[in-house]
Amino acid sequence: MDLVVNGAEQSLDLDPRTTLLDALREHLGLTGAKKGCDHGQCGACTVLLDGRRVNSCLILAITLSGSEVTTIEGVDHPVQQKFLEHDGFQCGYCTPGQICSAVGMLDEFSQGWPSAVTGSGPPDLSDPEIRERMSGNLCRCGAYPNMVPAIREAAER
Amino acid sequence: MKTFTYRTAAGVADGLEPGATFLGGGTNLVDLMKLGVATPDVLVDVTRLGLDDVAELPGGGLRIGAGVRNSDLAADPRVRGQYPVLSQALLAGASGQLRNMATTAGNLLQRTRCRYFMDATMPCNKHDPGSGCPAVSGDHRNLAILGASPSCIATHPSDMAVALAALDAVVRISGPTGERTVPVTELHRLPGDTPERDTVLEHGELITAVDLPPLEFATRSTYRKVRDRASYAFAVGSVAAALQVTDGTVRDVRLAFGAVAHKPWRASQAEEALRGRPATRESFLAAADAELGAARPLRDNTFKVALIRNLVASVLEGLS
Ligand SMILES: Cc1cc2nc3c(=O)[nH]c(=O)nc-3n(C[C@H](O)[C@H](O)[C@H](O)COP(=O)(O)OP(=O)(O)OC[C@H]3O[C@@H](n4cnc5c(N)ncnc54)[C@H](O)[C@@H]3O)c2cc1C
Ligand code: SF4
Ligand code: FES
Ligand code: FES
Repeated sequence: MDLVVNGAEQSLDLDPRTTLLDALREHLGLTGAKKGCDHGQCGACTVLLDGRRVNSCLILAITLSGSEVTTIEGVDHPVQQKFLEHDGFQCGYCTPGQICSAVGMLDEFSQGWPSAVTGSGPPDLSDPEIRERMSGNLCRCGAYPNMVPAIREAAER
Repeated sequence: MKTFTYRTAAGVADGLEPGATFLGGGTNLVDLMKLGVATPDVLVDVTRLGLDDVAELPGGGLRIGAGVRNSDLAADPRVRGQYPVLSQALLAGASGQLRNMATTAGNLLQRTRCRYFMDATMPCNKHDPGSGCPAVSGDHRNLAILGASPSCIATHPSDMAVALAALDAVVRISGPTGERTVPVTELHRLPGDTPERDTVLEHGELITAVDLPPLEFATRSTYRKVRDRASYAFAVGSVAAALQVTDGTVRDVRLAFGAVAHKPWRASQAEEALRGRPATRESFLAAADAELGAARPLRDNTFKVALIRNLVASVLEGLS
């Protein structure tokens, strides 16, 4: 099957059981996306699929023929610098997923997508909005308080 | 994971060979395959059938394609404006990443989160008919209080389905023997003696769309979900409601409960008890009691009865 990963075309010959996460890590050597739970429960495996954030552990790679995937290795976004400035991480295990998720989330926000805490008007990127929209990414180190301002400032730029 | 072959579906009426299963966004099915609970021989991918539009119906209402992603549906301005309960229910479910993959049909047909069901090594009448139900005497804190049977007390975990049940949505189905429609409230079965069957769908029947009939007062509708953490957790109990009040009297109402039964639970008796009554907390509680009289909670989930009762009252107060 063929797909584009971080701008480069890749031709892969995969067992149909291979998830996108395993294809990236084991077949393409892109180990940025992490395997936390392997069941959609933690967000460590988050990548961008055709520009949208998804959990790569629950997607079979074979279904993605013709798609474009961006992993943390292919991300170049102000949110990365802001994570450094605000100490948005401790051990760093969840960080690639947090950053990819934040990039996807900011794009969703700029398209006017609501969240569970959005009222009837247009959403603003308040701290409760950031927390709700990022709730699919867990951090065992609890670095959340520093991620929130990092993401807010990245959005303001 | 057991090995399988993969193909994309060629058309909506193709049906399925024995041992084959449709694949939507995969967020539930792939998970269950990893757990060894789902063991299909063939996966038939239906995400490339072009069923991903939300269209306006001629007489009013919306037709939601089976493949529309939950995130796109929640953000659709027509859904947000005319059926806020549906947008809110979708946004209350799962996470941003999961909603970007999850489809309308896959969400409706997601399987129970009963821990024994999800553990292939445990007995469970749903994944291994006749093996027993360890939940009855075991961990059932989040399982059913309505419509359960001694064979199975599982709950249906979808938030979206609760809103669809309240809105009288209709499921459009296509298969080798033709097309048919089924109201969302009749799509899922009660467990009875055959809990291995979640729904009335026959093997090979494909959901192509879900129709939302027009409902003017659904502009005043909402979804409230109670869960064990602030976000990214399944419901412990939920209520979808739409309410029409004139001069302090309930003119019309739609009510459905989530996480209480093997199906999204349309609270018709509560609705009946409310029409024509004063829109007061007292009537709301009385209506909840009319529905919950049939509740048969178990050792560790009696709290759900009071939880739903209070939710009904506060949700309806909020809407009136
Ligand atoms: C960590 C986690 C948290 C979650 N939290 C919530 C939550 O809070 N609330 C909630 O509601 N949900 C929650 N979910 C569940 C999620 O909403 C479902 O997994 C998702 O909606 C399933 O959609 P899908 O398209 O990925 O389905 P799939 O996994 O692709 O399919 C599910 C089932 O539907 C069948 N199917 C798919 N399409 C069709 C079709 N067109 N016709 C006939 N059959 C079809 C498949 O054969 C399969 O049996 C959560 C999931 C995870 C992993
Ligand atoms: S409640 Fe149903 S799904 Fe859970 S163990 Fe019992 S039979 Fe299985
Ligand atoms: S590894 Fe994919 S969500 Fe945890
Ligand atoms: S920084 Fe350690 S898990 Fe988030």
